Amino acid sequence: MTDAPNTGPDTVWVEHEALIDRIPRWAAMLGLAVIVIAIWDLATARMGWVSPIILPSPGETLSDLIFVGKNLLTGGYMLEALWTTTRTVFWAFLIAILIGFSLGLLVGETKFGERAVMPYLVAIDTMPKVAFAPLFIAWLGFDISSKVALAAFIATFPIVVSTAAGLYAASENERMLFKSIGASRWQTLFGLKLPTGLPYIFTGLKIASVGVMAGAITGEFLGGGRGFGALIRESASMLDTPRVFSLILYLSLLGLALFFLVALIQKRLVFWTQSNRQGVVG
Amino acid sequence: MTASPAASARPVYQIERLSKTYASNQLTALTDVNLTLTKGEFVSVVGSSGCGKSTLLKIMAGLLPPTTGRVVLGDRPVTGPRDDIGMMFQQATLLPWKTTVENIVLPIGIRKGRAAARAAVPRAQELLRLVGIGDFGHVYPGELSGGMAQRASICRMLISNPEVLLLDEPFSALDELTRDFMNMELQRICAEQQSTAFLVTHSLAEAVILSDRVLVMKPRPGRIVEEIVIDLPRPRTLEMINTAHFGEIVGHIRDLLGKEAFQ
Repeated sequence: MTDAPNTGPDTVWVEHEALIDRIPRWAAMLGLAVIVIAIWDLATARMGWVSPIILPSPGETLSDLIFVGKNLLTGGYMLEALWTTTRTVFWAFLIAILIGFSLGLLVGETKFGERAVMPYLVAIDTMPKVAFAPLFIAWLGFDISSKVALAAFIATFPIVVSTAAGLYAASENERMLFKSIGASRWQTLFGLKLPTGLPYIFTGLKIASVGVMAGAITGEFLGGGRGFGALIRESASMLDTPRVFSLILYLSLLGLALFFLVALIQKRLVFWTQSNRQGVVG
Repeated sequence: MTASPAASARPVYQIERLSKTYASNQLTALTDVNLTLTKGEFVSVVGSSGCGKSTLLKIMAGLLPPTTGRVVLGDRPVTGPRDDIGMMFQQATLLPWKTTVENIVLPIGIRKGRAAARAAVPRAQELLRLVGIGDFGHVYPGELSGGMAQRASICRMLISNPEVLLLDEPFSALDELTRDFMNMELQRICAEQQSTAFLVTHSLAEAVILSDRVLVMKPRPGRIVEEIVIDLPRPRTLEMINTAHFGEIVGHIRDLLGKEAFQ
């Protein structure tokens, strides 16, 4: 044993935990919501600092939310509008996935795609895609198909880029392993490159799921029709601001549902990224 | 003694007058390389970066074509990847979406299809026991430590009963203690399997402790300048690293490399 001098007090100091670390997440979220709504209420209903046309009070918004909710639940005209928008989003997302994935494969897997096709895709991707809306309306008319085309057009590019990036993601060692065990190009693609690229592809799908919503609503703003976007525009033109707010809120539920559907499929399919991968790396 | 190169031992891998010039930049990576591996022998090659040792390994694995020379494994020239060549890389490179056993039978699945891979599962489990991680066949690589992952990759290399093992700095990504231990495990496994092994490494101590012969390579152009027979008795132990004789051998190799490597 060492004969260390046994004098003086122990060196002890207390580690302080920040207040925010001691509050559970749900309580923090709820607290923030209460504060924001209180200020909102103060500025509108209580003090009248802001005109109801610009910003309705929380109470007005809530009663309109309930009204719209009832209309949706009882199968009113709003449900029909929501159904139209949902169909638009569904078809647009499906088309974007099919085209985006195919182009991504072409770009990521073939030299021709990488050298000849990719520069054009990058060029088109830098254009403001909403500007194509009048073209789609001229080509496809005012019904749902022009909105589907615009939404799919916007959502395709993130899928192309993420699929191509995913196919490049396999490491040099992994490629050499597959080569050394005599794997064909097909086997390497399906056995190595695609599974390795899945996390990337799903990131692209999540970005696309947001883009497809924006595309569908933009299309409905510009091309009319019977979707939720048209309802929002009509309400806004009648200065019915509470209605605009509640329609946006219900619309965001559709966007959230799509996003979480993609996230759920990712969690099921790409199970290995949840556990730590340290053992694989080092 | 199975591991020492007897004069009568059967040649497994033969390389004669091998040279490699890359077409893209006319760089001569290898020139006049002659090498014979006999059955059960462990041979290492050491050299500074860019001396051509990786190129040599890739040619031996059938991943790169030679420019001139004879490259023969068994009685057939190596003209591409073959299932009698086992290879191990710096990283374990296990696929994270396959269990350890599924990773080990991957080479069988690629070459002979799914049914053959399923049939090879008992053999994979047997190999896992050989490398000391028999209980980990059903887990995913994310749950394995670095050393365990490399043990699994040893199994993947051995699953097709290769004639020759090509090892590309297999434990260089591991910490030093684990690395020493894995080297001893590698020695034991090679002795049990009577494997013929060819190791590329940066570590002189690793080369000396494992090998029957160490080849010293020099760059520009890549060539073998000396062959050193390691006369330490087998089985080798980590304690041998501290002996004077071991130090002499390592010192000799370092002198050979040092004259040119750092110019």
